[in-house]
Amino acid sequence: MYNETVMDHFQNPRNVGEIADASGVGEVGNVVCGDILRVYIKVKDDRLEDVKYMTFGCGAAVASGSMMTTLAKGKTVEEAMQLTNKDVAQALGGLPPQKMHCSNLAADALHKAIEDWQQKTGQ
Amino acid sequence: MRKVYLDHAGTTPLHPEVYSLMCEFMKNNFGNPSSIHSYGREAKKWVDEARQQVADLIGADREEIIFTGSGTEADNLAIIGTAAARRKKGNHIITSSIEHPAVLNTCKYLEKNGFEVTYLPVDGYGLVDPEELRRAIRHETILVTIMHANNEIGTIEPIEELSSIAREYGILFHTDAVQTAGKIPVNVKDLGVDLLTLSSHKIYGPKGVGALYKRKGVRLEPVIHGGGQEKKMRSGTENTAGIVGFGKAAEIAARDLESEYNRTLELRDRLVQGINDRIPDVKYNGHPERRLPHNAHFSFSYVEGESMLLSLDMKGIAASSGSACSSSNLKGSHVLEAIGLPYELIHGSLRMTLGRMNDAADIDYVLEVLPEIVARLRSFSPLANKLTV
Repeated sequence: MYNETVMDHFQNPRNVGEIADASGVGEVGNVVCGDILRVYIKVKDDRLEDVKYMTFGCGAAVASGSMMTTLAKGKTVEEAMQLTNKDVAQALGGLPPQKMHCSNLAADALHKAIEDWQQKTGQ
Repeated sequence: MRKVYLDHAGTTPLHPEVYSLMCEFMKNNFGNPSSIHSYGREAKKWVDEARQQVADLIGADREEIIFTGSGTEADNLAIIGTAAARRKKGNHIITSSIEHPAVLNTCKYLEKNGFEVTYLPVDGYGLVDPEELRRAIRHETILVTIMHANNEIGTIEPIEELSSIAREYGILFHTDAVQTAGKIPVNVKDLGVDLLTLSSHKIYGPKGVGALYKRKGVRLEPVIHGGGQEKKMRSGTENTAGIVGFGKAAEIAARDLESEYNRTLELRDRLVQGINDRIPDVKYNGHPERRLPHNAHFSFSYVEGESMLLSLDMKGIAASSGSACSSSNLKGSHVLEAIGLPYELIHGSLRMTLGRMNDAADIDYVLEVLPEIVARLRSFSPLANKLTV
């Protein structure tokens, strides 16, 4: 069902956790559909110094959150806004078709976190 | 790595005695039971013996057993066959909201074709209230179809009570006994049913064969038309090897019923106790007593079912879940919704069903592995960790 890269990120998710003094937080999903993904970012000099995530979700949700954080970390805010859910799925080597819509929302959560930071800082 | 199969309600492996008999049969017999020559007569003899074995498992007569291609097909035959035969009497069917899709989707099909269906609610344990059935009965009601035991949470329905109400009103009663026959005592006369569905592969028989018990005198229209096999109720040349295997599996299930019941019950209770002792924030779903002996069903707060299944699978443990993510239609379990579980606990559900493949060491292995899995998934669950920002 899932490829090796996905299973690796599921088994050893990168950057899981919370950031206590996060610059911004974004969350997507809901308990009805069964996937929730929350992203924390730490912004310094317009750059994502740290990205962490928490998830309640299936294997694809865990893996896409993990891959998103590795892709986003170190990028400028502008670059991170360009990152799409599709990029994340591609970096994972693909996800089962039925998972593309419901469980591949990590980039959306990231964008929400960035927007949250922008609002807080008035950028 | 240790392999532990905890999905016996999903399917079961062939019993070695079933396998041997099927091999022997297939090697030596290819006849068509409808043929009058010796090849055909020999095949018919085997099929008739299997019919007797299946009948004996449920206290029926041989003539009352119709072999089908699956439990699903038997459900279709019972429901569509009754609807077609009794159409002039009425167009109303009563079922429960927790039936297997084989029943639910057949009822939905009939709804699109002029029938009306009442889906009875269940309580928090998954039980149908007989008084609810009585209230739902109309002049036009022609059939009640309520499962003997639920395939997800293992709750055993009060079929005797339900069927006696239907009988008062002259309404036919069908039960899907796919999860119970061969696991707990099933007797069609005690249950008071007119129609009862069986499946071979749930009782260590081959896949691709099921059966419908049709009480003598009950009239059905066939769903599959053709050469008139199975007393015109199910045309198509019989799956002889499958039927022979099913018969043997039924015989073994009846023979070992009590010992397997006690053995799986003991293992199940050890599993349930162990999980309750080792894992916090867990809910045991289903009925505490009116329950299949081999069924354990939990919801673990804050974790999602597919993630649990994947993690267990990596440790060699096979189980199932009612979570949306682990289903092909991406919908959470309708059964768990019907018993009133909140979405979070539907998605965090885990079903473990025991059987012949399990021993006490399996249970101990699960109890060693599962707490770590749940703890790991909880460690990064936003529902378990509410850090406010």
